[in-house]
Amino acid sequence: MTFRDRLLPWVTALASCLVLVAGARAEGRSAADAIHEYREMLEDANPADLVEMRGEELWSTARGPRHASLEQCDLGLGPGVLDGAYARLPRYFADTGRVQDAESRLVTCITRLQGIPREDVVRHWYRRGSDIEALVTFVAARSKGSPVDVPAREPHEAALLAVGADFFFRRSGPLDFACSTCHSQDDRRIRLQEVPNFTDPAAARASMTQWPAYRVSQSSVWTMERRLVDCIRQMRYPEPGFASDVLVALQLYLQHQASGGVMQGPGIRR
Amino acid sequence: MSARGLHAGIVITALGVALAASSHARAEDPMDMDAVLHRSFRTATPDEWTSRLAQDETQALCSRYRNLPPAEVAAKIREAQERTFRYPGDGRLSGDWRDGAKLAAIGTGGHIGRIQPDPPGRPKGGNCYACHELAKGEVAAGNLGPSLTGFGLRLGDTAESRAYTYRKIYNAQAFHACSAMPRFGTNGWLTPEQIADLVAYLLDPGSPVNAR
Ligand code: HEC
Ligand code: HEC
Repeated sequence: MTFRDRLLPWVTALASCLVLVAGARAEGRSAADAIHEYREMLEDANPADLVEMRGEELWSTARGPRHASLEQCDLGLGPGVLDGAYARLPRYFADTGRVQDAESRLVTCITRLQGIPREDVVRHWYRRGSDIEALVTFVAARSKGSPVDVPAREPHEAALLAVGADFFFRRSGPLDFACSTCHSQDDRRIRLQEVPNFTDPAAARASMTQWPAYRVSQSSVWTMERRLVDCIRQMRYPEPGFASDVLVALQLYLQHQASGGVMQGPGIRR
Repeated sequence: MSARGLHAGIVITALGVALAASSHARAEDPMDMDAVLHRSFRTATPDEWTSRLAQDETQALCSRYRNLPPAEVAAKIREAQERTFRYPGDGRLSGDWRDGAKLAAIGTGGHIGRIQPDPPGRPKGGNCYACHELAKGEVAAGNLGPSLTGFGLRLGDTAESRAYTYRKIYNAQAFHACSAMPRFGTNGWLTPEQIADLVAYLLDPGSPVNAR
């Protein structure tokens, strides 16, 4: 099949999904129901597959001043070991002395192996079609079927896990919001959007195993950092830095909560 | 000084003390929350820092007890919130329900950062629909808070019900310490006049919230 042949059914289904989501809103059905119908139409294909393919290409192509690929990147299980690596992130890396998530570790590899300056990699990481989006999608897809496994017993990880849990409940700003305001009770909705209760491991598993996710409303894949930055924006906080401690700490908390869940991502979200 | 000004003053003073203490703590404990926040929100301006990241005492207490403060702390919080009420200049606690309806639906305003900030001057709303059912038949309503459909039918549109509703919107925590509901008046998010419009939206017999 050509690229266009693969793309076409998605474009059609996508248009219908937007209608479905809008329709669901009008009828008071949840966006989740509409997404379910959308998936059936796609016969379980996901537009994220295209992003994943681009990520694979970025991973294996020699680029940057050092003309190297990323194939020797160590995501925690050894250089070049991809399968199951995302499901064990964030984790502590002795060579950087930091607890890193997928985004931040990929940047380490790009700067070290390929010699591309960090600023160039990170500047537009959040934009649709960014290299980070594609690479994270590719790497996460290689954990499909692996259980999330983030015990966070290593001392640096344990310390940052405590920070993540504290931040999750830390209220501030003009609306007094914390993550826990919206994400600490069962069966809650903000308008029509279901908000998972991350204090419940079962709900955390159901949610986290779907990420990164193709967001129909944004027509792009969002990494977990991208998702968190948007919730933090809605809290009316300033924007946290890319791969900053707060973003890594929150992911550590969420992945720890979700441990035991089997990775299905990249998923599909509203 | 306005309530907000006073509030900000207290926060700034508290912050100064916290910063002085934390620069010390930071050297010893890199995982101290203040140190983590400073490293993570590097681009925050001093004003954003005080108004959005630093905590007032209530926020700090609710965070510490994860919104389940022991009874004596809860009483202390409610008491402190009682002292924050301010009222519209003309003393009218119920305004125009049509303006209230708009405020209840608006979810914009106050977003910052480089990714998707609100343009300057974008109206801020109460976004009550994020958490509450209000007008009968509006299905795009959240359920973090109780349904308020028919609120005026239940409470009646009286001096007492207006006073309660006004205060509840102004500062929900004066009644319920560590409520999830934002303190719209105390935090300066909505003006007293806007809160009065929301009171009308909830209580006025002509409002769609009270349609039979
Ligand atoms: C004011 C409400 C609110 C706050 C506060 C909030 N979120 Fe969210 N969050 C949402 C909504 C609404 C969605 C779903 C958006 C959608 O359906 O498109 C969401 C989605 C998410 C998701 C994806 C869930 C999934 O299964 O798709 C994660 C993870 C998340 N939030 C984490 C956080 C964290 C961590 C914080 C604090 C830093 C936070 N949120 C603060 C409202 C909030
Ligand atoms: C982030 C969620 C949230 C938002 C936004 C919110 N509320 Fe609430 N509200 C709650 C919760 C939770 C309660 C119940 C706990 C309490 O009483 O404080 C509540 C309670 C109330 C009550 C008391 C109901 C009763 O039976 O006495 C009123 C009145 C109310 N809200 C009005 C509003 C209005 C008006 C707005 C918008 C300007 C609003 N709320 C926005 C969460 C919210």
